[in-house]
Amino acid sequence: MGRYQFSGYRRENGRVGIRNHVVILPLDDLSNAAAEAVANNIKGTLALPHAYGRLQFGEDLELLFRTLIGTGANPNVAACVVIGIEPGWTGRVVDGIAKTGKPVEGFAIEGHGDISTIAAASRKAQAFLQGATEKQREGCAIEELFVSTKCGESDTTSGLGSCPTVGNLIDKLDPLGVTTCFGETSELTGAELVCASRAATKEVAERFMQVFRAYQEVIDRHKTSDLSESQPTKGNIAGGLTTIEEKAFGNLQKIGRTTKFIDVLKPAEAPGKRPGLYYMDTSSAAAECVTLQAAAGFVVHLFPTGQGNVIGNPIEPVIKLTANPKTARTMSEHIDLDVSGLLRREMTLDEAGERLIDVMLRTCNGRLTCAEALGHREFVLTKLYQSA
Amino acid sequence: MPTHFIVHDKTDTVGVVVTEDVQPGKDLTGWIMETDETVALKALEAVPLGHKIALGNIKTGDAVMKYGNDVGRAVADIGEGRHVHVHNLKTKRW
Repeated sequence: MGRYQFSGYRRENGRVGIRNHVVILPLDDLSNAAAEAVANNIKGTLALPHAYGRLQFGEDLELLFRTLIGTGANPNVAACVVIGIEPGWTGRVVDGIAKTGKPVEGFAIEGHGDISTIAAASRKAQAFLQGATEKQREGCAIEELFVSTKCGESDTTSGLGSCPTVGNLIDKLDPLGVTTCFGETSELTGAELVCASRAATKEVAERFMQVFRAYQEVIDRHKTSDLSESQPTKGNIAGGLTTIEEKAFGNLQKIGRTTKFIDVLKPAEAPGKRPGLYYMDTSSAAAECVTLQAAAGFVVHLFPTGQGNVIGNPIEPVIKLTANPKTARTMSEHIDLDVSGLLRREMTLDEAGERLIDVMLRTCNGRLTCAEALGHREFVLTKLYQSA
Repeated sequence: MPTHFIVHDKTDTVGVVVTEDVQPGKDLTGWIMETDETVALKALEAVPLGHKIALGNIKTGDAVMKYGNDVGRAVADIGEGRHVHVHNLKTKRW
């Protein structure tokens, strides 16, 4: 094994997780109450309530299934109970998760009611939980790690310090065979040609530009202004960011200086090629983006913030770093790594990158992130258009 | 000597204030990251931490440069040492 190692949970399909959750996953909004009741009955399980799952169709429905199946299939999940209003779509999610070989079982409410469904699902959840708690961590090589990144409530310190720190980590770990992912399509506006120049091949660059143009069409169709206060956000502007172009160049610092991205993923699509850096078409809203990356199988997330976004994810630990000294001081309970020394020239980018690798590996080994300790579990599905 | 502002690229026309004490008339020290050069500038306005300061005189309609790239157009004349933000810089997109 090389210089960087961690201890993780090896799953039935060979993938490695860094957490050992037993998830109670509702198929639809109607099943949230039952899922939360099961998680309340069986301490240590985790319900993931969400707002959708009814009357979706077409690509939006495919994205729902990809996200729910991917969430259950994530290596940070040891086992999964799925609860839906009816057995058909519930079974589709169960079958998708079962392909990983992990324990999964579905329960449908229609014809049974909440109370007997909760009783049956609770018995199964208890068995899954007791099984999961017997799993042991084992030594894993760094190339078994899937790392995602997305920044939030950025300010100009993000582009100066925290985003380049993530970039330094990616430049160091990419040659070692780590799989990484960035997204945030709208937040590359103004820097899209520079981003395209970082694609590994012309074909990948062209696919990136197609995805980028499609997102611009959505914005053009619906916009009522230049999006100021939405993108950049009010928080971005308070932090000194003025235009989307400026924000985009700061955002792009996260992919480092040398690493090329090797493929373009649909939202929540698992990487299918070799290890390397992947671009995923996502919203720039933090919880939506991280939820999609977790559903694609990424197990640890690096989240640079400027003004202090407090996001977490229920299954993928979110590590926050900031280069803003004021945020590090006033919101210290949210910040896993303070790299504001970069701005005072007390720390080099190389040192900041090493510190982030250290915090990431400690997190992989089991150290809870600030967001985990504070109970941040934002699970937000991406909706492509109205339901039928 | 503290670094009051940081400039990404030598061709940039704005720097980012990284201390909480930039007031009118203050003599500032800046660092150009790309070339590791140290530069001096006098602030003409209070500029908060994280906000931009003009490194030279910028005319209405000029592209404002940061990261060595165009990040928007000036919608007012901006004097050297002045605060650059939403009141005098706008996106060219959307």
